[in-house]
Amino acid sequence: MGFLDALLGRTKPVQANLDELFALPNAALTLEASTDFRPTGSGSVCFRAAEGKAFSDIEKDVTELLSMGKDSAPVQVTTDSYRFTWLVCKHSPDDAEGLVTDLHAVNSSLEAGGFGPQLLCTIMAFRDSGGRSLGIVYLYKRGTFYPFAPLSGQRRDNALELQIRGVLGADLKIERDLERWMAIWGAPGL
Amino acid sequence: MARTRYASDPGLVARMGATMFLLGVVIAGFATGLVYLIMWFSQARHGGGGGAQLNVGAFIFFAAVIGIGSALASYYWSDKIALATSGAQLVGPNDGPEARRLHEIVDRICAMADMPKPRVAIAPTSVPNAFATGRNSKVAVVCATRGILDPNRLDNSELEGVLAHEISHVAHKDVAVMTIASVVGIIAALMVRFAFYSELFGGGRRGGNGNNQSAALLIPLVMALSIVFYAVSFLLIRLLSRYRELSADRSGALLTGQPSALASALVKVTGDMGRIPTKDLREAAHLNAFYFTPALRPGDGLATIFSTHPPLKRRLAQLEKISDQLGQAAIR
Repeated sequence: MGFLDALLGRTKPVQANLDELFALPNAALTLEASTDFRPTGSGSVCFRAAEGKAFSDIEKDVTELLSMGKDSAPVQVTTDSYRFTWLVCKHSPDDAEGLVTDLHAVNSSLEAGGFGPQLLCTIMAFRDSGGRSLGIVYLYKRGTFYPFAPLSGQRRDNALELQIRGVLGADLKIERDLERWMAIWGAPGL
Repeated sequence: MARTRYASDPGLVARMGATMFLLGVVIAGFATGLVYLIMWFSQARHGGGGGAQLNVGAFIFFAAVIGIGSALASYYWSDKIALATSGAQLVGPNDGPEARRLHEIVDRICAMADMPKPRVAIAPTSVPNAFATGRNSKVAVVCATRGILDPNRLDNSELEGVLAHEISHVAHKDVAVMTIASVVGIIAALMVRFAFYSELFGGGRRGGNGNNQSAALLIPLVMALSIVFYAVSFLLIRLLSRYRELSADRSGALLTGQPSALASALVKVTGDMGRIPTKDLREAAHLNAFYFTPALRPGDGLATIFSTHPPLKRRLAQLEKISDQLGQAAIR
């Protein structure tokens, strides 16, 4: 934000950066090759619904559009306790491409409707043979990824997260600022 | 660049720019007036003696040193001063359910706004309020009181609206802007005080001849000029503060996409604040400028121009307009 914007007290909401999202399928392959984590086939998009008819219309269109696909289960829509909306898409575990395409469809329809700034993050879910879960989180506003490994009782497996950062460093733009590795407890689809 | 629904309000921006311009004009006028007075008097006295000019020169010097010094101090330590005076404690995400709720909401707002996360504090008062301070987003603190965190008072989206408003203050660098705006006002107030004491204690020493009589006029004139300047700059600074509150409301509402949640938080908080005990009100009075909503509620009419915050009606009207814009099917 520029000097003049601060002086005059106007902030423009930050637009979402959608470009990096398509790096996810490759990262999933890398993750399979070098760790025990496999995609669960589910992924979710999280956004803050804006009030008013314009937004709810777009939201309805998107869910209908995604539920029409042949090989995908209907999209689940949930609202978390902070009133953020989550659209959870389910595909077969080996169809990372299809999943990311669906996730991208959500983003681009919101953006086309002028609601890009409402996007918070996208999560692609992974699980290892021991049942540990891992989410690769994409931050729309920064265009960066970070791993999120929740443990029971709202704790995070930081060691695992840092290990995953090392594994995926070549495939994804990993968020450098650890402060921004926001915890997303109870994220639907994870 | 994608299309956007989030237009800025050119009217508000223009009014704020005009206020800052006027403040600059008034400051320049004050400085010119001082110089002019001093030069006029030294000409009248053929450059001789100069006790009064010397006094005025010393006033300006000390007032500038103390004024700029105190402004710098409040700029650099705004976060510490605010935390100390409000008795607030910095909290981490694992310091209990209240702290966790606050942290998670702030986390999400910052991720939406692509801003570094400010520190988070809780003040142990039951007055429902929140404030943000700190000269940049690295040292910024967002503080909420126990009262506003009470889940029976505000729900998560209302609290989110309040915090988005506070975080917008950080993004707009309000601490820096308001400090710069108020520094010359502080200097003028100090000069009034110096001149007043000088008249009080030094008046008897001046003799009765013509030169000294005109010199004796200088200090009251400087005092009068400073008083006028102080009054005008005070009103302009309050006006600027109200515009910046409206800006923070606007940015906060657009950030969450929920102007109505912020409106409902405003109604709840201001409604509650009118009913709190007087002792709390007095305790909270000095922090008003950075609060979400002032603890002292001015009446309508004249009191509004002295107030740091715009009247509730004005804030609600703006939020209603934003809500209307967000709901429109077509985008510009």
